[in-house]
Amino acid sequence: MRTILYIIQKEFLQVFRNKMMLPIIFVVPIVQLIILVNAATFEMKHIRLSIVDLDLSGVSRKLVSKFQGSPFYQIRHRSFSYHDAENEMKKGNIDMIVQIPAGFERKLMKENHAKVQYVINAINGQTAGLMNAYSTMILFDYNRELVLENPDPAQLAGVRNIQMDYSYWYNPKLNYKTYMVPGILVLLVTIIGLLLSGMNIVREKEIGTIEQINVTPINKIQFIAGKLTPFWIIALFELAFGLMVGKLLFNIPMEGNLWLIFISAAVYLFVILSFGLLISTITNTQQQSMLVSFFFMVVFILMSGLFTSIESMPQWAQTLDRLNPLMYFIRIMRMVLLKGSTFADIRSLFGSLVVYALFIVSLAIFRYRKVA
Amino acid sequence: MRRFWGFVVKEFFHIFRDYRTLLILFGMPAVQLMLFGYVITNEIKDARIAILDPSKDVVTRKISDKILSSGYFLLDRNLNNGAEIEEVFRQGNVKLVLIYEPEFAKKLEKYGSAKIQIIGDASDPNTANILVNYANGIINNFLVSMNTGKISRQIVPEVRMMYNGELKGVYMFVPGLMAMLLMLISALMTSLSITREKEMGTMELLLASPLKPWQIIIGKVFPYVFLAFIDACIILVLGNTVFGVPVQGSVLLLLAESLLFISMALSLGILISSITDSQQVAMMISLVALMLPTILLSGFIFPVENMPWILQILCYLMPPKYFISIIKSIMLQGNGMAYVWHQTLILIAFTGIFLTVSVKKFKIRLA
Repeated sequence: MRTILYIIQKEFLQVFRNKMMLPIIFVVPIVQLIILVNAATFEMKHIRLSIVDLDLSGVSRKLVSKFQGSPFYQIRHRSFSYHDAENEMKKGNIDMIVQIPAGFERKLMKENHAKVQYVINAINGQTAGLMNAYSTMILFDYNRELVLENPDPAQLAGVRNIQMDYSYWYNPKLNYKTYMVPGILVLLVTIIGLLLSGMNIVREKEIGTIEQINVTPINKIQFIAGKLTPFWIIALFELAFGLMVGKLLFNIPMEGNLWLIFISAAVYLFVILSFGLLISTITNTQQQSMLVSFFFMVVFILMSGLFTSIESMPQWAQTLDRLNPLMYFIRIMRMVLLKGSTFADIRSLFGSLVVYALFIVSLAIFRYRKVA
Repeated sequence: MRRFWGFVVKEFFHIFRDYRTLLILFGMPAVQLMLFGYVITNEIKDARIAILDPSKDVVTRKISDKILSSGYFLLDRNLNNGAEIEEVFRQGNVKLVLIYEPEFAKKLEKYGSAKIQIIGDASDPNTANILVNYANGIINNFLVSMNTGKISRQIVPEVRMMYNGELKGVYMFVPGLMAMLLMLISALMTSLSITREKEMGTMELLLASPLKPWQIIIGKVFPYVFLAFIDACIILVLGNTVFGVPVQGSVLLLLAESLLFISMALSLGILISSITDSQQVAMMISLVALMLPTILLSGFIFPVENMPWILQILCYLMPPKYFISIIKSIMLQGNGMAYVWHQTLILIAFTGIFLTVSVKKFKIRLA
């Protein structure tokens, strides 16, 4: 036991003596949390619009004013030529064109049916979908108004209606930030943990100090435990700090039990740090280790459900995703913090993490060789 | 000059003998592109839904059928009472709950109106919003088909999705991935390879050799220009052949812009290595301070226009933002130099600034 404590002490000293490491470990992630949470938003607030109104009638003007009145749109450009508008889109100045064809009002009055053209810059498929949804909603509303404006009793009779009533639970204002904070916290803790541990043993190899450790009576388990503990404490501390910042700055809800979060985090970090140490034992230079960590990290992050939903991935990818520790912990964080899920709700996720931790730490111990 | 080439050859040996790094450098773009192309989709499908249907009549069954056959929703379970809603949400699989009013069909017949309540699990607000919209649309369509011939005046939208008709995610990711990998290889790998010489003490040898400082630097970065360029080509070719991402504009211009971005990233890598002595710090700076902003503040995934203004200013300081917008413009919109000259100028300016600062900072003596 005393041997482990010495190793832990050595590691802590090494981290804290490096003047540049401390800010990188503690300040940078918090700054990033603040920046990234604000940056990672799909909320479309200012869809830049170009209006090509070739009708200039009462109805077309009213439709345009609907766009003007909505907080989602900003009319940046008006023109009587579609070509002009498309050129603006090419330059990247506008996101969407609303074209109202000539004779629009007449057609609507005569045939009860008229078309408006929406042209959307769809390079980003996700936002294009949202823009389409918002713009269709505006037409829905306007159509309803049109019917109410000149009620035609003969037409209205016999029309059936289904009233829809929506509620958004857990986050009635659809605030995207409260959703992102827990996820991004996991991301930051993971990056720091994986990099610190991934570079650790390999650094000793590169500098040559691993030899000195190899000739000491310390055994494999003690060595790995001693290497793991300091980073484990640092990462847990960082998580606590991040949660505090999240609470104070973004007022994220903490519906569930915080102990549940920290116990899961403890297991999760065990997985990540052992993973890092494993990478460290199989590589020879810090550059290699960094590349390997980076590779896994990007794959893990992209498949974790942080930015896109897991359910829409193909089945084989979802099966493969069971090997992704981030996926488990991000789900746990979100469920417990945002919805107040209890241990019973997360027990299968938690169980998977425990199994994962046991497996990977034994692999790291097994792979570590006390020969140069 | 011969000395210089000798040095470049040494650098190439360094890189090519390290097969693990090489494997990752060339494997990474391929794997990531596959991930983006096949796995990561923005569209939402097969979302799990729970239905609370106390009336179980013809109409509600028809509506449920419509919703479940749309491809967006998958029935997770039928609920028996309102108390179960909270429970299914907390377990985390169900994203949407649909509640019909009791005696739905009867009320619809008698009063001409009946109620459906849609509850979304908005702990994921974006998905909730989109799913509610989908459900809304499906029910509305049902309503229209029920009322055919009776509905009055309406305006219908005719939607055209420009540049990416099928709303494929890959279109978005190919430019972003190029920026990310070029940044990784150029900035990160160079800064590591220079600090590595410092850490191992071999920098001393190089500085004492007859090579001039600029030759050392150029020789160090040259192989990485080469590697980065090959990676860029791999992404373009794979994107084009496997996923059908078009290159509408001039390929030559595209490659030239990539080279410009690579030089920018390299000068940034040189700058990083001139301010730090240890690989670990260089890596942390590159990764934490460069990679995440490259992914998140460049319009790669999240559009810049939606961010708060302070962040937008920050985005304007991110070189990848300009590169990504150049690539999108050339590849997807088929624009020429006339549309991208100002972004190009900005990238050139960034390169100049980074180079000047690192030349100022470069010391030929080690402390």
